[in-house]
Amino acid sequence: MKQEVVMKNVEAQIEALQSQIAAMEKRIPSNKISMIVFSGDMDKVLAAFVIATGAVAMGMDVVMFFTFWGTPILRDKTKKAGGKDTMGKMFGAMLPKGTPEVKLSKMNMGGMGTAMMKSLMKKKNVASLEQMMEMAEEFGVQIFVCEMSMDLMGFKREEMIDYSGLSYCGVATFLEQANDSKIQLFI
Amino acid sequence: MSEEIKIAKVMDLKGLPCPMPILKVNKGIKEVEVGEVIEVWSTDPGSLSDFPSWARTRGHEILKTDQNGEVTKFYVKRLV
Repeated sequence: MKQEVVMKNVEAQIEALQSQIAAMEKRIPSNKISMIVFSGDMDKVLAAFVIATGAVAMGMDVVMFFTFWGTPILRDKTKKAGGKDTMGKMFGAMLPKGTPEVKLSKMNMGGMGTAMMKSLMKKKNVASLEQMMEMAEEFGVQIFVCEMSMDLMGFKREEMIDYSGLSYCGVATFLEQANDSKIQLFI
Repeated sequence: MSEEIKIAKVMDLKGLPCPMPILKVNKGIKEVEVGEVIEVWSTDPGSLSDFPSWARTRGHEILKTDQNGEVTKFYVKRLV
């Protein structure tokens, strides 16, 4: 009789522990890194892609969210989009059309600094932003584009680059991913 | 008596700066069987710190590191 009571007690304790473990497992984030790419500067975005590709090599899933000044980096120079209003056209003309037009955050010197940096990178075998993005795509780095930034700047989906794993989202998508990531960065 | 390490594959990554050596070695190790060893040549000074970090994270083993001038040779055993 006494033994039965003890057994029941133990069973109840095990059950309580199991449900506690299940609850804790839900709180352990995935082996994932979430990045917000807010900057439109060549150097900063390059750093973001170096981290992104490196993270894949380290066995992590990678999610990048492009918002504000980061958004025009994903435009395709060769594509055109019609049906824009005056402000949309203005933004479209003033903001960079993809990677070839992005500048350094420092020492741009009217484009001379950026050109010098690009030739130096080539000389030193440092991968270009275009090459890094290609690798990121090959590695399965997911890219999300902020829908609000697209709308604000008047960008159309048809003028964005072809990148498998590119989709459009809002803040909740980022937060859901960030909540399930071990590392979160804002660049 | 030192044991001879059997090399399954040699990767020449000389002249490649960060992050390329890690991206390449991560790809290269998957092309050999578990238990096999690859020999990797790198001139990137960052590799001295990066290769051990990568190996620890991915669960591989660096059996030996030979530094000879600019070139460092890493002997990496695929464990998983």
